[in-house]
Order: sequence, then structure tokens, then C-alpha cells
Amino acid sequence: MTKDRFKNTALIQASLKKRYARERRFQMYGKLAVLAGFVFLFVLLFDIVSKGTPAFTQQHISIAVNIDVDALGVSSTASQDEISKADFSSLIKSSLREMFPDVKSRGDKRQLYRLVSIGAEYDLRDKVLADPTLLGKKQDIWMLAHSQAASYLKGQITRVIPEAERKVKNQQMDWLDRLREQGRTKSSFNTTFFTYGDSREPELAGIRAALQGSLFTLMVTFALAFPIGVFAAVYLEEFAPRNRLTDLIEININNLAAVPSIVFGLLGLAVFINFFELPRSAPLVGGIVLSLMTLPTIIITSRAAIQAVSPSIREAALGVGASKLQTVFHHVLPVAMPGILTGSIIGMAQALGESAPLLMIGMVAFIMDVPGGVTDSSTVLPVQIYLWADSPERGFTEKTSAAIMVLMGFLILMNALAIILRKRFELK
Amino acid sequence: MAGGGLGSLNSLPKHYGYMAALWAGLPAFFLFLAWLALEGHYIQSMVVGSLPAEIQAMSDDEIGLYYNQLVGYAQGSVDRSMLNEDQIAAANNYQQLVAKGQAMKFLLVGSLAVLGGMLATIRVSPELRARNHVENIFKWILFSCSFIAVLTTLGIVLSVLFEAIRFFQVITISDFLLGLQWSPQMAIRADQVGASGSFGFVPLLVGTLLISFVAMFIAVPIGLMSAIYLSEYASRRFRAITKPVLEILAGVPTVVYGFFAALTVAPFIRDLGESLGLTVASESALAAGLVMGIMIIPFVMSLSDDIISAVPDSMREASLGMGATMNETIRKVLMPAALPGIVGGILLAVSRAIGETMIVVMAAGLSAKLTVNPLEAVTTITVQIVTLLVGDQEFDSPKTLAAFALGLVLFFVTLSLNVIALYVVRKYREQYD
Repeated sequence: MTKDRFKNTALIQASLKKRYARERRFQMYGKLAVLAGFVFLFVLLFDIVSKGTPAFTQQHISIAVNIDVDALGVSSTASQDEISKADFSSLIKSSLREMFPDVKSRGDKRQLYRLVSIGAEYDLRDKVLADPTLLGKKQDIWMLAHSQAASYLKGQITRVIPEAERKVKNQQMDWLDRLREQGRTKSSFNTTFFTYGDSREPELAGIRAALQGSLFTLMVTFALAFPIGVFAAVYLEEFAPRNRLTDLIEININNLAAVPSIVFGLLGLAVFINFFELPRSAPLVGGIVLSLMTLPTIIITSRAAIQAVSPSIREAALGVGASKLQTVFHHVLPVAMPGILTGSIIGMAQALGESAPLLMIGMVAFIMDVPGGVTDSSTVLPVQIYLWADSPERGFTEKTSAAIMVLMGFLILMNALAIILRKRFELK
Repeated sequence: MAGGGLGSLNSLPKHYGYMAALWAGLPAFFLFLAWLALEGHYIQSMVVGSLPAEIQAMSDDEIGLYYNQLVGYAQGSVDRSMLNEDQIAAANNYQQLVAKGQAMKFLLVGSLAVLGGMLATIRVSPELRARNHVENIFKWILFSCSFIAVLTTLGIVLSVLFEAIRFFQVITISDFLLGLQWSPQMAIRADQVGASGSFGFVPLLVGTLLISFVAMFIAVPIGLMSAIYLSEYASRRFRAITKPVLEILAGVPTVVYGFFAALTVAPFIRDLGESLGLTVASESALAAGLVMGIMIIPFVMSLSDDIISAVPDSMREASLGMGATMNETIRKVLMPAALPGIVGGILLAVSRAIGETMIVVMAAGLSAKLTVNPLEAVTTITVQIVTLLVGDQEFDSPKTLAAFALGLVLFFVTLSLNVIALYVVRKYREQYD
């Protein structure tokens, strides 16, 4: 008997070792899984930030320009109209040739011209328009560098790469080196990126138009989704009778929350654009589609917030003679408001990052101009990212990452706001 | 109000005001909306009706183009040189109609508002139960707001169904569902070889499932193990920090994942494959699926976490009390109990993966290849919807209509997955409530 017991103990002790080892392994798998999540997040963010950071600086080259009235083909007392039609492009080209007199062949000249951006001539024109006394003077003028020249100046392209595989040729690098030695290059914060619309030239492309489009779209979304969502939540929580119709509505809300976003795009295309003939590519339609998409989120979170209001508040209001509607609007909603706003902000953040349904309703156009209203053609920030991601040029890859950083910045801001609201709500 | 002062009123004075405002505002508002919705169609039919007979004999598309040109001219966006005499006359006609419509709209909406307001004002008397009246109207407004959810579903079903039916008049349902070849570009010209029978849905389905499978292969183990670790092992503080950080992955816009997949992960996998001597497509299903899996990790994690936490503590304590280790408790007690809920959660995740658009649009291929090799490029339902509908489109070609047929399939597949998943999860919750 005692011998048997000892045997059992020995057996158990022997198996314990195995069981504990398995336990430790299992815990390690868990830790590895969490770690994998962290690694993915880190790699994603690191990839975006390291690609995008250079886009926040821009490169200028100082060119000595003789703003010669003859070369421009205008008189020294030219009117604004005359100046705006003058040929600044060839003026810049001739100035470049003067700075590098040893460049002779056509191909070399073409390479030389590609040091400065196409946008430089418009900048110069605007400068002269603003100050006509510049006419006839010789001056050093800072000009925006071409995106390829800029990528050399930023050190993204080096001579290590074989010449055939890069767009910046050795000779362009020599010129840029010479300019740098003379102190004729400078790097500064990229204001162009925040003040311009889309462009075919990476150095001139900006997110201003897309930001404005996103703003208009979100305004429409909020104006529709917030009141409708809150009213629907109030109805379902406070007024709805328990019947088939209410069940139908609840089932629908739950299912809509899981419908793929692209299906909402099909709805927008078929109903709002083809049937109601609302303008294509407009923030109005985009906003309507996104509001239908975010409605379930807002309704579900608002219902939770309304449910959380203590019944004593309702009973007190009803007890002093308030009607049901007065109780809800004067007493329940104000208490539930922080929770409702938290949910709405999260819904808006979803809408801000959404792009698939907007592709369906034509918000993928090439938009250079900042939209002025909700019916103008426009694009939104995520769609701009999608468009730029398609462009193979290096300059655009960098812009795409930078636009993603701006978008994520806004999302973090909105979520932080939601968290702060929730914290204050919990303290009550 | 003779003698009684405010006390003799049935309701507060403001309720009488609200009532008058609602009576004046609501009908006028609805008339205004209806007018806006119908005005365009009406004016178009009037203008087109007055066009010369030979133009009316053209096809609907051509008339549409013709009409858009003259409207563009009337609004000042199209140059006069693009138009002929008839169009200019019609444009003038259009301008007159618009001006007339504007005046009529103003007059009708205005008079309806005045009429409603007057009707309400006449009914005002101390006995009128204005508060109840206003609140009844408000209840209806609240109801219609929640009914919008039903209308949206209806709108989705009808809009995809109508276009899909038109598509199935050209391509039979069996060709669509059982066809093994998908090449919608072939159908532009009707006389082209293979123009029919190129709308086979099977390659898209296989591609979609392949990418979703890769995604689940990443997301389920990582998401589930993280959930188990965080809910059963981790300290409260570790959990409080880790969970929100991992949930950032769920908040990243899908277009960002698409960019990451197309520009970082896909080239990385291709280079890795080449160094191992494998041929990997630059738009491999593996890259898109991998990144989609990363996106879904927090989704699986949160759902499993909820489900595991819902298992009653008594079961945990009983098992631990019997001397089982934590890992035995989890595998032998918690998992079997939580399994239905977890399966439901995974089904929801699969429906997310099937409906995901931006990642695959940016990182998966366009050509429909019937393969289950994750190293090759495949295309998905959502990619095809986007490629068929983005850009210029004529609305009658089977190519465009096919997108709606795909949308219909997508809607019903995700819907049924969700219904099953929600049912399973709810059944599971009831078990322990």
C-alpha cells in the first residue's frame, strides 16, 4: 500500500515536469503572438515614417536670372497682363546656360534644364507680377528643384547606384555638387505640400485639394449621420414598441455594420448618381454614402450611451411632469452626450480613412484645384494616397508616405479626442 | 386667453409655436426635396421632346451626350463652338425652363409653408393639446430616422439586383456561376471571339478565397493566442497597455495597408522567393493575404477576448482546483466551451476579408487566373468591381453590369456569413447568461 502510493507520487512528479514544460511553452506562444502584433505595427509605422519624412523638406536652387525685358519680349513698363503672358520658361533656361557655359550639346542642355522644376517659371512670373520693378534687374532667385535633382540633394540617390539605373545622371550630379559648393542650394520645410493641389510633377504635388475635399465630405457626413444616428438611437432605446418592425430595424442596423464598404459605393452609384443625378465626384454624394456607412456605428454607440444613463434621472423628470420627449431631450441626452460624441468621432474617423466606396462614385479624378463647395469635383485624402501610390516615380512614393502620415495624424487626433471624452465621461 | 393667463393653456406657449413651425416647415421641406429629385428628369424630357425628330431617333446614350453638351453650354462650361444651331436653341429653351422651374419652386414651396403655418395657427386655442401634437410628430421623425437603416438595406438590394438582372439577361446565371474564365475586357465588341462566356465567376471566387485563407492563416493563430495570453496570463497593467496598442492596427486605414502591401511586402516576398529559387509574382496573393491578415489580427483578438472572458469563472476555478495547469485548463476546458463563439468570430473575420477592397486593389493582380498557388497573382471580386466601374463607363454594357452582379454575390455571401456568425455568437452567449 505505502509502496504503491510512493509509485504514484513518483509518476505524478515525473509527469509534472512535462506538464510544466508544456505550460511554459504555451505561455511563450502567447507572448510570441503579442510580440508578432507589435512587430507588425512597428514595421508598418517605421516603413511609412522612414519613407515619408524626406517629403517634408523641399530643395531650392539659387539661379542668377537676368530679368531681361528683351528676352521676355515685354516693355520695361509692361502691364500685368503682358507680364503674365511673357515667356519665363526660356528666360530660366537661358539663365541656366549662362551659369554653366560649358554645356553645349542638346542632350546635355536638356539635362541641365531638368535641374529646376517646371513650376519655377510660374513662381518667377508671380514674383515679377508682385514686384514689376524687378524687370531689367539681374538677381539671384531661389527656384524649386526638380524632384529628381531634389532626391540627389537629399541624399536618397547616390553615385553608388550604376548610372544606367538612376534618372539623375553623373553630369547632373556634378552640376548639383558645384551649386552646393557655391552655397546655391538650400533645403527648407515643404510648404508646397500643404498649399498645392495634385500635380503630375512630384515636387509640385500637394494635399491641399484632397484635405479640403475630405473636410467637405466629412462635413456632409457629420451633418447627416449625427442627427439621424442620435434620433434613431433615441427612438430604439426610448420609444420603440417591442414588435416585428422594431426587430426588423435592429437586424438591419446590425447587418449594415458588417456590409463591405464597397457595396455602399455601388448603392451610391446606382441610386444617388444614376437615379437622382447628383453630380459625380462631388463631396455631397461622398458624404451621403459615408454617412449611410457610419450610421450603424453611431446608432450602436449612442444606444449604449443612452442605456448607461441611470433610470433615476428619467424617473425624476417623469415624476415632476415632464413628457417622455422632454425627459429624453432635456435630461437623458445631455447626460449621454459625451458617450454619443465619442462614438460619433470614432465613426467620423472611420469615414475619414475610407476610400473604397468613394472610388465607385468617381472621386478618383485628378484634382488640381481646391474645391470650393460640396458640389465641386474633388478627391479625399485616402483616395489621393491611392492615386499617388499608383505612380511609380520615387518622388510620389515619398509623397504618398507623407500623405499617409498626415492622414494618420488626423486619425490619432480624432481618436485621442474620443478617448479624452470617454475618460471625462467615466469620471462622472 | 381671457382672464386665465398662462395657466389656462393646455401646453406651454412654445409648444404652440413648435406646432406652427412644424406644420409650416415639414410639408414644404418634403415638397422641396421631391422637386429637386424630379426636376432634372422633367426638364430633360421637356427639352429632348422639343428637339428635331432626327435627333430623337438616336440611341439613349447619344441623346444623353447631346443633352449634356447643351446643358454644359447653358451653364457656361462648354464653349459655343462645340454646338450646332439646334443645340443652342434647345439650350435657350433649357435656360428658360430652369428659370421657370426656379420661380415655380419658390412660389409653391413658399405658399405651402404659409398654408401649413396658417392652418396650424387657426387651430390654436387654449384647449388645443399642442404638446402632445408636437410630440407625436416628433415620434414620427424619430421613427423615420431609424427606418433609414431598413431603407438603406432595401436600396442596396434593389440597386444591385436591378442591374444584376439586366446582366443576367445577357449572360446566363449558370455561365456566370460556373464559368471558369473571367475576361470582361473581351466583351467590348460583340463580334469578338470568346465575347460570350468570359464572365465566369469561379476564378474570382477562388482568388478571393485564396487571399482570405492566407489572411486567416496569419490572423487566427496570432489573434487567438494574443487574446488567450492577454485574458488569462497577462497582468492587468500589461493588458491595459498592450490591447489599445494592438488595436491601433484596426484603426489604420485600409489604403495604408494597401500601400504597405504593394510597395514593401510584395517586393520583399518576391526577393525572398527569388533568393530561394522560387518564382514569385510581383502581385502575389501571399503579399496581399499577409497584409490583410495583419489588418484582421485585432479584430480576431477582440472578438476572442470577449468570448473567452464570457466563460464563467466557476469553470476555470473548478479545473484549476483539480490540479490542472493553466494551459490544460485553457485547452481542455475554456476552448471547448468557447469554441462556438470563436468560430462565429472567425466567420465574421472571413466576411471582413472577403469584402476588403483597398488592400487587394493595390496589391493583388488584375488577371483572373484559376490557381491555388499563393505565390501567383490572383484577382478578387472586389478588385474586379473597382476595375469595372472606375473610369469612363457606359451603363448598358455587360461589362459595367457585371460589377453589379459581383456586388450582389458579395453582398449575399457576406450577409449570410454575418447572419450565421451572429446567430452562433448569440446562442453561445445565451448558454452562459
